[in-house]
Amino acid sequence: MSAISFQSVSKAYPSPRGPKGSTFLALDGVSLDIEEGEFFGLLGPNGAGKTTMISILAGLTRANSGSVRVLGSDVQKDFAAARRKLGVVPQELVFDPFFNVREALRIQSGYFGVKNNDAWIDELLESLGLADKAHANMRQLSGGMKRRVLVAQALVHKPPVIVLDEPTAGVDVELRQTLWQFIAKLNKQGSTVLLTTHYLEEAEALCGRIAMLKSGRIVALDRTSELLKAASSNVLRFKVDSELPKALADQARITGRIVQFPAHDALEIERYLAAVREAGLAAQDVEIRKADLEDVFLDVMTKNKDSVHGVSA
Amino acid sequence: MTGWKALLYKEVLRFWRVAFQTIAGPVLTAMLYLLIFGHALEAHVKVYDQVSYTAFLVPGLAMMSVLQNAFANSSSSLIMSKVMGNLVFLLLTPLSYMHWFVAYVGAAVIRGLVVGIGVFAVSAFFTDISFVAPLWILAFSVMGAALMGTLGLIAGLWAEKFDQLAAFQNFVVMPMTFLSGVFYSIHSLPAFWQGVSHFNPFFYMIDGFRYGFFGVSDVSPWLSLGVVGLSLLAVSAIGIQLLRTGYKIRS
Repeated sequence: MSAISFQSVSKAYPSPRGPKGSTFLALDGVSLDIEEGEFFGLLGPNGAGKTTMISILAGLTRANSGSVRVLGSDVQKDFAAARRKLGVVPQELVFDPFFNVREALRIQSGYFGVKNNDAWIDELLESLGLADKAHANMRQLSGGMKRRVLVAQALVHKPPVIVLDEPTAGVDVELRQTLWQFIAKLNKQGSTVLLTTHYLEEAEALCGRIAMLKSGRIVALDRTSELLKAASSNVLRFKVDSELPKALADQARITGRIVQFPAHDALEIERYLAAVREAGLAAQDVEIRKADLEDVFLDVMTKNKDSVHGVSA
Repeated sequence: MTGWKALLYKEVLRFWRVAFQTIAGPVLTAMLYLLIFGHALEAHVKVYDQVSYTAFLVPGLAMMSVLQNAFANSSSSLIMSKVMGNLVFLLLTPLSYMHWFVAYVGAAVIRGLVVGIGVFAVSAFFTDISFVAPLWILAFSVMGAALMGTLGLIAGLWAEKFDQLAAFQNFVVMPMTFLSGVFYSIHSLPAFWQGVSHFNPFFYMIDGFRYGFFGVSDVSPWLSLGVVGLSLLAVSAIGIQLLRTGYKIRS
């Protein structure tokens, strides 16, 4: 049985722009199975449909067609069972200002029907570095601390399937370390983890399998190692002081002064450097590095540039 | 506490944490009405024989406070959770729409009754209060609070901004409570306005409630019970339906 299963799931929202009654297709027939015990990454640019997928999984949004199951329980027809198996860390930094940390966690346990949960709550507080904040009101916590509480709230009922929707957006290094150590431990103990993130190095380090989403469709789905293999194996990286000619710039990834070219062999590298020299530019700090997930991601996204958002009346 | 009881507990704790504003404030407001209207009108207005105007006013003010605070509790809790985004904690849980309904309306009833008891406790310093038929008092206060708690739930689900909720409160709840006979018996009104008052469900809540204190009322308490009961069923059906379909909370 899959931990998470999407079968031909589509979702259209009313279009914010365009004529009245027109819709925006956020998910276009997505099918995806995540097995028990996986650490799975869901990547994609803003607006690709990642949060829509998670919202449907969590029951916050209803799909127009298709079915979604959590460990065999349909998220609509059998919503109570599905939600008991699911722990979701929402993307927005939300909190209830009336309660302190321990109260918030006790109340959340109550919603899930978990009695006398203090031992597990203590463990959560300890593992997430919140032990000394247990009696602090939610309002008094810093952004990072509120994020930790969100994680604890999602885990309060010991869900076998954990969903983290961009949990490290705007979070300091220390929390990222604490969080990933803890989540990795839960994953080792058997929990399934579904993660969406903008930090591709995190996904590369943590996820065994990755799906890349674009315009509501899955455009790549494989083991992380396979995805990395499929990309051009090396990247030529250097700095230039002025702009590259257009023909060259189109093939490169440019971040300020840093220019990066995907390269398969020495010949290709020589050709790029020669072209730069012919353009009258000097390449500085030249290095060749292994391709990473960001290269794969950009590669996949460029290849699928043609696919447009479905807009229908 | 688990399930819907956890949500009820959270909702009660929410208003209790700010009791100065949610309980003491409304009790003080009711006392100001009692002092000012009671003092100004005591010698001029005679509603029922044997009942002083101040004594007549107390149950009306208490019921008005019960109703307004029941409404305020569910509506403000929902709109705050929606605006702040923390309603997601509840949306992610296995609680069903009936659990939501029972907990939100239950907490509204509790807040309404606590404020109502507060109004009586303080009024007892100013006037003698009689309880002729306590069961009627209990029935009307609980049903009235539940009715208003449910209306608050509906308004809280519907409103997207605080000012929409304030408009509902100022243009619907306040006029209907004020024009329901809190400060007067509708028998003192011209025939036309007496007729209009009979279409105001708030009139029946207050008239029936008052019957429990004096054993006299403008209309039969059984009629009031029927009207309030049917109104409660009607708004409950709407509230439950909105929660079931996830109106404005699940897309």
